[in-house]
Amino acid sequence: MNLIDDLIFHSPALIVAIPLLGAFLTPLVSKINDKLRNVFVIFIVFLTSFFVLLLANDIYSVCGKIHTYVFGGSAAVTQGGYAIRILFEVDGLNIFMALITTILAIAGVIYSWSFMKENTGLDKYYTLYLLMIAGMFGMILTGDMFNFFVFLEITSISSCALIAFWTNKGKAVDAGFKYIVVSATGALFVLFAIAILYGQYNALNMAVLASKIQFSFLDKIALVVLVTGLAMKAGIVPMHMWLPDAYGRAPSSVTLILVGVTQASLYGALRMIFTVYGNNLSNTLNQIGDVNIDLNLLLGIFIVALALLTIFIGVLMALKENNFKRMIAFAAVAEIGYMILAIGAALTTVFSTTDTGTGVMALKGGIFHILNDALDVGLLFLVAGAVYYATKETSLNRLGGLARNMKYTTIFFLIGLLAVSGMPPMNGFASKLIIYESTYQVNPILSIIAILCSILLLAVFVKVFHSAFLGPKQSRFDDVKEVPKSMLLAMGIIACIIIFIGLFPNLVIDNIVQPAVNALTNHSNYISNVIGGI
Amino acid sequence: MIYNIPYIAVVALILIGLYAVIFKRNLIKIVIGITLIESGVNLFLITLAFREGSIAPIYRGSGSNPLNMSLPVPHALTLTSIVIGVAVLALMLSLIIHIYKHYNTLDVSKIGREKE
Repeated sequence: MNLIDDLIFHSPALIVAIPLLGAFLTPLVSKINDKLRNVFVIFIVFLTSFFVLLLANDIYSVCGKIHTYVFGGSAAVTQGGYAIRILFEVDGLNIFMALITTILAIAGVIYSWSFMKENTGLDKYYTLYLLMIAGMFGMILTGDMFNFFVFLEITSISSCALIAFWTNKGKAVDAGFKYIVVSATGALFVLFAIAILYGQYNALNMAVLASKIQFSFLDKIALVVLVTGLAMKAGIVPMHMWLPDAYGRAPSSVTLILVGVTQASLYGALRMIFTVYGNNLSNTLNQIGDVNIDLNLLLGIFIVALALLTIFIGVLMALKENNFKRMIAFAAVAEIGYMILAIGAALTTVFSTTDTGTGVMALKGGIFHILNDALDVGLLFLVAGAVYYATKETSLNRLGGLARNMKYTTIFFLIGLLAVSGMPPMNGFASKLIIYESTYQVNPILSIIAILCSILLLAVFVKVFHSAFLGPKQSRFDDVKEVPKSMLLAMGIIACIIIFIGLFPNLVIDNIVQPAVNALTNHSNYISNVIGGI
Repeated sequence: MIYNIPYIAVVALILIGLYAVIFKRNLIKIVIGITLIESGVNLFLITLAFREGSIAPIYRGSGSNPLNMSLPVPHALTLTSIVIGVAVLALMLSLIIHIYKHYNTLDVSKIGREKE
């Protein structure tokens, strides 16, 4: 075995281990020199990204390949059939999420260089930042239920501390407290569900659970508790009230990663529903009164209803909001609604035998939208942060005429605006079109509401664009300058990827999204690959 | 019946904790609610490990039969969960200290309402 093969084999562990080690080395490096520390952190993030790309290359080279990495042994199941070893497993969906996290981490860490320069306590900031990234990668890559919980908690603790990083502002601390209450409760729900499953099947390994699950009454309770806990962390209405505060009050570079954290929770919910419960959702009938309803249909309709509520409330609250970042945060709530709308629509059809590809298409749109939402909303948050950095102003009522002084930022905002509201040349259009098409086949009303809300979203952002960037020159902002180069570079990276995906959506769908969809729908492949013939 | 009492206690603890988190207005009481939920979940894990007449899972040479021992895995899970719980608790309390410095109150309805 040569070096590259070795590196690929160990990369799932290294992707988590490198940022974790880097996080605790950062305070030491910080003692030497501040600039050296920044370079060190960027180096750590790039090293992690290198391993992600290496692993991605390996996964995509063979169709349907699953990379399993077992800690402390070679086989996932020990002699006698005990599945007690912790393992990481990487398939199309995991690596898709890891790629999103990589893009966000690179942009965030470059952005932080200038954005956070005037703050004190940056050694702690970078330590928490790397911990958050490590926790996210752990959540995404793990194949063990309890391990998932541990990484979930690592992510929530570090992100809570980062949301409240500006402790001199009362509202930031308040937002941090809200976040930790919701995420601690959500994580304990997840642990409770894990305990229920463990008590029945004596296993914590997702693949073993998926192969053993019987779908008893307790399993149904566990499913509800699991999805509730993860939905709390993903910010789905009615558990969304922490999200605008947390997104709005955190430093922009942190908000960017927070977008990824909510999506990692969404990934967890997808994994639990489709992989762990996937075997049974398709063929379980649920009796309500005298009528038998397919359970997947019931779950799907419930999720679709939640999604419509999420989209509606997100957009309406965004319309009346005056704070720049809080407004984008409400738009982010609406965007999450689009993803779960597609997922719910997929659940209603994907398991039925009469389905003619609607379910798979909806799932494709939903998963593609995870990538696009992270980029679009992330870019908008970075722009809002840049405006705050240049003007120290957050209220839209007091901003105006900034396009004269900050022309690059204005262009980036325009790109983000078009992308997030689903306008044709950008990536948001590509995924939203798939969502509209597939939900139309499930029920036309769904797609009508989705399109309507997308138009409202455009209205919101055009209003912001006008009030912040256009308009008469304001003498207060005469000496406002364009933001430093590192912030422009971070925004530029994301904007380039947005335009690239917008111009070549097929390339991305065929090479990255399709393997992720296959990984979700084909759970028997997952089981047989991870535990091997049980 | 007697073996079901721990499970009833688990549900009671979790429900009381949820009640405190949702309806109480004092920040400290919300934190207490979260710790109650956590104790409920931990108790649940420990209860899962128990079997009738079992001993602690420690090998003491001859005479210790593995089949007599309670399950060690839930114990490990509980320990991890307790450690995480301590970290979350410390973080929440430190945030409360900051909130109290800013607003001089612990009433949720009076926090974070100031105009910008």
